[in-house]
Amino acid sequence: MKRSAVPLVAVLAVAALVGLLIYGVVSRAENKTLDEAVGTGQRPSAPARMLPVLGQTGKTDSLAALKGKVVVLNFWASWCDPCKAEAPELERAQKRLQKDGSGTVLGVTYRDASNDSLKFVKDFGLTYPSIRDVDGKLAQDYGTRALPETFVIDRQGKVVALSRGEVTQKFLDAAVTEALAK
Amino acid sequence: MRSRLALLVGLLAAVTLALAAPAASLAVTPRTSLNDVEDEVMCVSCGIPLNIADSPQADRERAFINDQIALGKSKAQIKQLMVAEYGNRVIAQPNSKGFNITNWLIPLVVVVVLIAGVAIVLPRWRRTEISAELAGDDPADVPELDDEERRRIDEDLARYR
Repeated sequence: MKRSAVPLVAVLAVAALVGLLIYGVVSRAENKTLDEAVGTGQRPSAPARMLPVLGQTGKTDSLAALKGKVVVLNFWASWCDPCKAEAPELERAQKRLQKDGSGTVLGVTYRDASNDSLKFVKDFGLTYPSIRDVDGKLAQDYGTRALPETFVIDRQGKVVALSRGEVTQKFLDAAVTEALAK
Repeated sequence: MRSRLALLVGLLAAVTLALAAPAASLAVTPRTSLNDVEDEVMCVSCGIPLNIADSPQADRERAFINDQIALGKSKAQIKQLMVAEYGNRVIAQPNSKGFNITNWLIPLVVVVVLIAGVAIVLPRWRRTEISAELAGDDPADVPELDDEERRRIDEDLARYR
């Protein structure tokens, strides 16, 4: 290699590394698409994936199968303390939605062993179904980075409201009412 | 007497076989240990390797591993089961698909660039040092001796003649 080519190669190598670093940071940046859309009054389509149902070997389910119903999509894990705190609120929402068959709460377990998730379901007496997002792809679609997160979806499969963090009864009541109104 | 001897030999052979069989099977498939697995997987809620994690979730994962060890599963099987339960991110080693290949490439490139840098810079540096040393030998740089110093040097030299 000619001596004059050495600095050029070094500069190119450094530029390539910096480029990779920028790409890595940008591609892993927080996905705020849903937040921005909902925040500006839009109703973005709710991402859906076919995923295994918790506690039912071989059975899969998807949000898409619940079109025509209001869905409270809740990402949770048994190791998440705020998930424990909000579980009774979600069960209350489930009772409300099941009363007239207008919808359901759909749990999505995230990085959680199925036995631990099932114990959580039993401990909190949860009656709503959950699907297992083992690879975290659905969570990625929703920009989920920390648990719990909740998305209220209307009958047309559009996101009406979202809560990144523990949900309150006030949030659930208002969001479910809004979703049912459409 | 002969029959007793035959019985004794038979018993010894049976005992030897009974002792040797488990040892042989252990030698073929060594039992997996928690330590062996936990340094290769992550605590999924804390984002650090399981062997240094201290949280309820880390304890659950350790319990999961211990259960699988008790069932006689190998390290590879346990890691597979953990991926099925917790997803790919439970594996501490980065995968080499897509953008993740940079996890392997970048350290390699950095090492190659450093070696190349040292290989180029070191000879130049040495050349510069040698030139500086040679420059130091220039008679013009030697300080002038005064009369006293000159006299002492002459005396010292005279002693060796």
